[in-house]
Amino acid sequence: MIFKLALKNILGAGLRTWLNIFILSLSYFVIIALQGFFVGWQEDASREMKKWDIAGGQYWQEDYDPYDPFTLEEGHAVIPDELKKLISNEEALAILISPATIYPKGRMRNIVLKGIAPEQNLVELPTTYLENQDEEINCILGSSFAEKLSVSIDDYIVLRWRDKNGAYDARDIRIAHIFSTTVLTVENNQIWISLPIMQEMLGYLDQATIITVKDENYHQEITGWEYKNLDFLLKDLNNMIKAKTIGSSMMYVLMLFLAVLAIFDTQILSIFRRRKEMGTMMAMGMTRVKIIQLFTLEGVLHAILAILVGAVYGIPLLRYFKKVGMQIGANAKDWGLSGVTDALYPIYGWKLVVGTIIFVLITVIIVSYLPTRKIANLKPTDALRGKMTKKDE
Amino acid sequence: MKENFIEIKHVKKEYPMGTNKFVALKDIDLNFSEGEFTGIVGPSGSGKTTLLNIIGSLDSQSEGEVIVLGYEVADLSSSKSARMRSENIGFIFQTYNLLPVYTVFENVEFPLLLLRINKNERIKLVTEALKWVGLLDKIKSRPSQISGGECQRVAIARAIVKKPKLVLADEPTANLDADNSHNILKTMKKINEETGTTFIFATHDAKVIKYLKRKITLLDGSVAKDELVNGG
Repeated sequence: MIFKLALKNILGAGLRTWLNIFILSLSYFVIIALQGFFVGWQEDASREMKKWDIAGGQYWQEDYDPYDPFTLEEGHAVIPDELKKLISNEEALAILISPATIYPKGRMRNIVLKGIAPEQNLVELPTTYLENQDEEINCILGSSFAEKLSVSIDDYIVLRWRDKNGAYDARDIRIAHIFSTTVLTVENNQIWISLPIMQEMLGYLDQATIITVKDENYHQEITGWEYKNLDFLLKDLNNMIKAKTIGSSMMYVLMLFLAVLAIFDTQILSIFRRRKEMGTMMAMGMTRVKIIQLFTLEGVLHAILAILVGAVYGIPLLRYFKKVGMQIGANAKDWGLSGVTDALYPIYGWKLVVGTIIFVLITVIIVSYLPTRKIANLKPTDALRGKMTKKDE
Repeated sequence: MKENFIEIKHVKKEYPMGTNKFVALKDIDLNFSEGEFTGIVGPSGSGKTTLLNIIGSLDSQSEGEVIVLGYEVADLSSSKSARMRSENIGFIFQTYNLLPVYTVFENVEFPLLLLRINKNERIKLVTEALKWVGLLDKIKSRPSQISGGECQRVAIARAIVKKPKLVLADEPTANLDADNSHNILKTMKKINEETGTTFIFATHDAKVIKYLKRKITLLDGSVAKDELVNGG
């Protein structure tokens, strides 16, 4: 009975009901769409980072700490035999890291020099360009960094480094290729050269700082090396996304607030507009509990109808977004959106959809229940007087 | 006719007014029998509506005892009081108080829904009640689509549809013209005579008084006169 009455009441209210339902459906849609983009970004960024940088996990030489530049000179060791075997099977990749200085166009800039095997195919870096001809040292670097340095392909820059004995040396290196990537961890302030050449330059023969492994399940204790799994390696990225998600969540909290305000407003208005109606119901013998149920259910029905209305326009729109994505283009990196390619493609999981629906439903139940309880606790005579203004008293 | 259908003993009703108290009813002693067609009359502020609300268990007295259909009204919990109203009392209000989104049929059906009466029985009772008030042709109309007189007839149908023992009508003709008032009163009188339903009015309308069998005059919260009229 209560359900039928509630349905009749909200459908009978006409345009007011449909406006509330539309606003509420919009909040479902915006929350799911925005969250979908963030989930999609997270997935995309993680995938790109695995492809370009971390593959299935990494072994770090125990003295290496990427946040402490002083460890860069010390953080290297002979590649252990277990990992050598993986490298020869193309299931791992050695990277040597060292601080260095370059002098592009006469300016000095401190960089991180990274050595990588030119023949590797474990990560997306275009390392084949590092194969040297004519005794030249080829290097590759990311497009954003190249832009900052104002250098282009075939330019020569002076590279200065310090070898294992502390002696400085310098040479011209040729920019063989400038690659485009969305993964900032392989681009920022970095220049990549051939691993054997770098080992020879620094005197660190057969040594590396990081060993990237292909298989994320490969995990062996190796003395002097610390295994870093994907959770660890993606932590910074996930934290950054989380921070941005929290920031952006303000927008959909605002949307939800507006939607809830609409429902709350309807319910509060009901205290005044429908007080007399409730007084009449009480006079006819409707109990307070039933009145609370009725008016709370009306709020819930708003939310349920909003799901249906939202589904009508939301599903095609969400599908469209999933297909074309949100075009970010070249600005992605300027926005600090690491891992984003030319467009953001949203991912809508059932957890996101169900979670949003439950969240909105609970909110609506609360804002429907509270004012209704207040009305239902009125004395029937007060409710029947339906006092809206002092004049009516 | 059952005596002591309603017993009102030494009833006093006070309302707080700032730091003072306004006394709406002073030491009221009244008895009503089943089947009465009684009016509580008096000027505005004399306590008519207050007394009617107390009888209908919509309000409670400050002092004294009110027994309606064997229930001590002040002792009833909110839900028991609602149940008593649902089963035994029909209300008619000055402003009709119809539920605006429901049709005439649905408005009259509403009290039967609260009593959980089955659908076929509901249709039968609603049709019967609407026939009483002559509104069978308006069952699909909404309150906004019918006249004031018709709205009040719907309200009467709603009050009598569950065949209550008692109908309490607060100024039922105040918003109606003379013709409509007479029609409404004739309808209620007919229901009273044919079904034995007790009617108690709160009114200051002279037209109503002509139909009453008993007239109780209230002045400043006290019973000034209690008399049988029109051969009652």
